[in-house]
Amino acid sequence: MVNYSNALDATFSALSDPTRRAILSQLAGGQRSVTELAQPFDVSLPAISKHLRVLERARLVVQEKEGRIRRCRLSAEPLHDADDWLENYRRFWEERFQLLDALLDEMKTQEKKRRRTKRQRR
Amino acid sequence: MTNAKTLQVTAQGDREIVMTRVFDAPRRRVFDAHTKSELAKRWLLGPPGWSMPVCEIDLRVGGKYRYVWRRDSDGKEMSMGGVFREIVPPERLVATERFDDPWYPGEALDTLVLVEQGGKTTLTQTMLLASREARDAVLKSGMEKGVEASYDRLEEMLVGSK
Repeated sequence: MVNYSNALDATFSALSDPTRRAILSQLAGGQRSVTELAQPFDVSLPAISKHLRVLERARLVVQEKEGRIRRCRLSAEPLHDADDWLENYRRFWEERFQLLDALLDEMKTQEKKRRRTKRQRR
Repeated sequence: MTNAKTLQVTAQGDREIVMTRVFDAPRRRVFDAHTKSELAKRWLLGPPGWSMPVCEIDLRVGGKYRYVWRRDSDGKEMSMGGVFREIVPPERLVATERFDDPWYPGEALDTLVLVEQGGKTTLTQTMLLASREARDAVLKSGMEKGVEASYDRLEEMLVGSK
């Protein structure tokens, strides 16, 4: 449980940076070399490598060497774990909001009733 | 139609959790359901098996609100409250929130925005936490509450089958 929790911390920490999120969305389109990944950003290759190391530690990215070229690919499993978190939080609120749906319906019926009584009184 | 009602939850930036959902009602009613205690206590419940004995709302800027939930099986209580910062009926409500027995560090700031179109209301609730750690702790709690709720249900089932 502790390890699981640490892994999730690493995932959220890795996802908290906009450049790293942009790198991940690039990789969602398929494998990229480090140079390709660096292109859209106004940052140096060493800076991109540093972001990639963070993503690698969080197991979000796998780097493979092909000759002199380093290729990166997305590893989606930790993202699914993070999704599970959001999903549980979502479910908790969805249950509340379904009660709110029912309450809003009831409020509507009551308002209609009140209006009708008013009209009858006139 | 059913899709429009689906609740969206996203972690935004480092410190925010954003929820969006559509309700089939004008925003005046949705606003009332959030700000009148006799209405709020009907839906702002805890996990199954918990009741809400206290729901006090003093709706004015600087006014306080306080919620207490109680687990009926053993009387365990959980309570939170805060202060209203901004009140613009029926479209905007900003309030602080803090649990009496804190399970995430610092105070959070909740912003409720209601947008009405064609008799339907889009609710956006943003929770801004003091730190990234606090935000992640809140998301983690969803998991714990989920687990706790399923244990409670299991218990009910086991008691029922005797």
